[in-house]
Amino acid sequence: MTQTMSPALRRRETVSGYLFLLPSLVFFVGFVVVPMVMCVITSFFDANMNANTPDVFIGLANYKELWQDKVFLKALRNTFIIVLVSVPVVCIFSLWVASAIYQMKEFALSFYRVVFYLPVVTGSVAVTVVWKWMYNNYYGIFNYLLKGAGVISKNINWLGDPKYALGCIIIILLTTSVGQPIVLYVSALSNVDSTLVEAAEVDGATNLQVFWRIKWPQIMPTTLYILVITTINSFQCFALIQLLTSGGPNYATETVMYYIYYTAFKLYRFGYGNAMGVVLAIFIALLSALQFRLAKES
Amino acid sequence: MTSKDNGRSMGYKIFSVVVLIILAFLFIFPLYWIITGALKPPAAINSPKPQWWPSEFTMRNFQVLFSKRSAPLFQFGSVTGPTVPAAIRWMVNTVFMAVMAMILTCITAAMAGYALAKKRFIGRYLIFSLIVAAMALPKQVILIPLIREMSALGLYDNIWAVIFPTVGWPFGVFLMKQFSESIPGEMLEAARIDGASEFRTFTNIVVPMIKPGIGALAIFTFINSWNDYFMQLIMLTSNANLTISLGIATMQAENSTDYGLIMAGAALAAVPIIIVFLIFQKYFTKGITMGAVKG
Repeated sequence: MTQTMSPALRRRETVSGYLFLLPSLVFFVGFVVVPMVMCVITSFFDANMNANTPDVFIGLANYKELWQDKVFLKALRNTFIIVLVSVPVVCIFSLWVASAIYQMKEFALSFYRVVFYLPVVTGSVAVTVVWKWMYNNYYGIFNYLLKGAGVISKNINWLGDPKYALGCIIIILLTTSVGQPIVLYVSALSNVDSTLVEAAEVDGATNLQVFWRIKWPQIMPTTLYILVITTINSFQCFALIQLLTSGGPNYATETVMYYIYYTAFKLYRFGYGNAMGVVLAIFIALLSALQFRLAKES
Repeated sequence: MTSKDNGRSMGYKIFSVVVLIILAFLFIFPLYWIITGALKPPAAINSPKPQWWPSEFTMRNFQVLFSKRSAPLFQFGSVTGPTVPAAIRWMVNTVFMAVMAMILTCITAAMAGYALAKKRFIGRYLIFSLIVAAMALPKQVILIPLIREMSALGLYDNIWAVIFPTVGWPFGVFLMKQFSESIPGEMLEAARIDGASEFRTFTNIVVPMIKPGIGALAIFTFINSWNDYFMQLIMLTSNANLTISLGIATMQAENSTDYGLIMAGAALAAVPIIIVFLIFQKYFTKGITMGAVKG
């Protein structure tokens, strides 16, 4: 079925190929591609929720306004802090856990994989509300434990204090982000060529040398994939903010994703919200491209 | 290896096992806290000194949860079901949404993945590139335009408005393509020589071979759809149309100090999906790793 296809066969392949693709394409084009295009187009308009008032073309005005919008800039800054902290921590943490468990027996391996995936499966709403309780000023276990250990002398309002709120959010985000990377690293590490590892061990290489010289280069594609998905996930941090702090106190936990939601569904400024969405997508694309470039070089 | 090396690696092994056990404990704790919290009376919850194990079990939180709001069990056109606690209706909505998203995604993605892997036709590279590019973009940026599109289609505040975009998300097609690559071309050729129709070839030869992949995609879609809070939040508004996550979030906003009630809701939302995950976790793991092979 390669170059020697007859014209009749080729036609049959094309027709059947597209027929098999059709159902999927209807959904993909209708509910992914069209909204993406609409997002870009609407970002040049002054558009709102009301279907009766027509959208007004305003060129780049939405984009210009963004860079004067103090809340947006603050949101952008917070989003970058979240990404810069969570991406390396998630990668290192999950790599360490994966290397500690990947040679375990099937039952223990499954157990740990499930445990670290648990916060993802539990769902963002359930996870968020229980953390909200644990962070609570009066009834939360953190204040109780830290006071008991003598770390703090009086209760701290964790989510209500601009000094701590963002850090608290990042901690929850981390627990919900390591599940998938651990699964991926476990599978990558067990695919590392064992003859190379054995040969190096015979030659007297230490565990650390074996890791850096032999395993690390082989799991590089996985690392790259994990970097990209963790970056995307961290950029999209939303449910935690919406349910815990609504961006407060004093915009200390405002993120771009939350601000997009706020602009579109509380202020009804669809065009402006879409402009933010476009900027966010560009940042993610740039960062992913940068990670690919760095990974290729090393 | 020298004996000194052995001693050090033994020490490291013990260290890592201890750390792992502590971490496992910390990762399980929130779930433990949800479930025990749901069963504690208000006095135990609203006490500055936490009760690590409930000294008294109560169903009070679930009773409040089920009595707060009510909704019809189902609505089909003009047929309306009996009035039940809203949480039950939310559960029905959530299961319906996750199952529909799962079935539609598996059917469309299996067909499309097979076509992209095995059919030679003009435009396949273009379509595949578009799919990969869409996967790298943040899903949430399409949500605002999606709202207007759904309003225009008359689907706003309708559970299908959440299901359709989930089916459209191209990860499933990508995953199915990965699985379909391994189907030997000779088998398909033999089927064609025997005169089997394209559709029969697909159902009788392709589907049995990619079954593990379909299983992985099914469980993956089910869990993701269940937990896709943002999409549910913007698309669904009226009480009878909420999902369980959304309902719990709404109750949380209204009764933000009744942690017992909120934990009961959280337990109701989380426990079923965790059980599903535990039963199918092998497939799930496979789906995650296969979807990333060429990431």
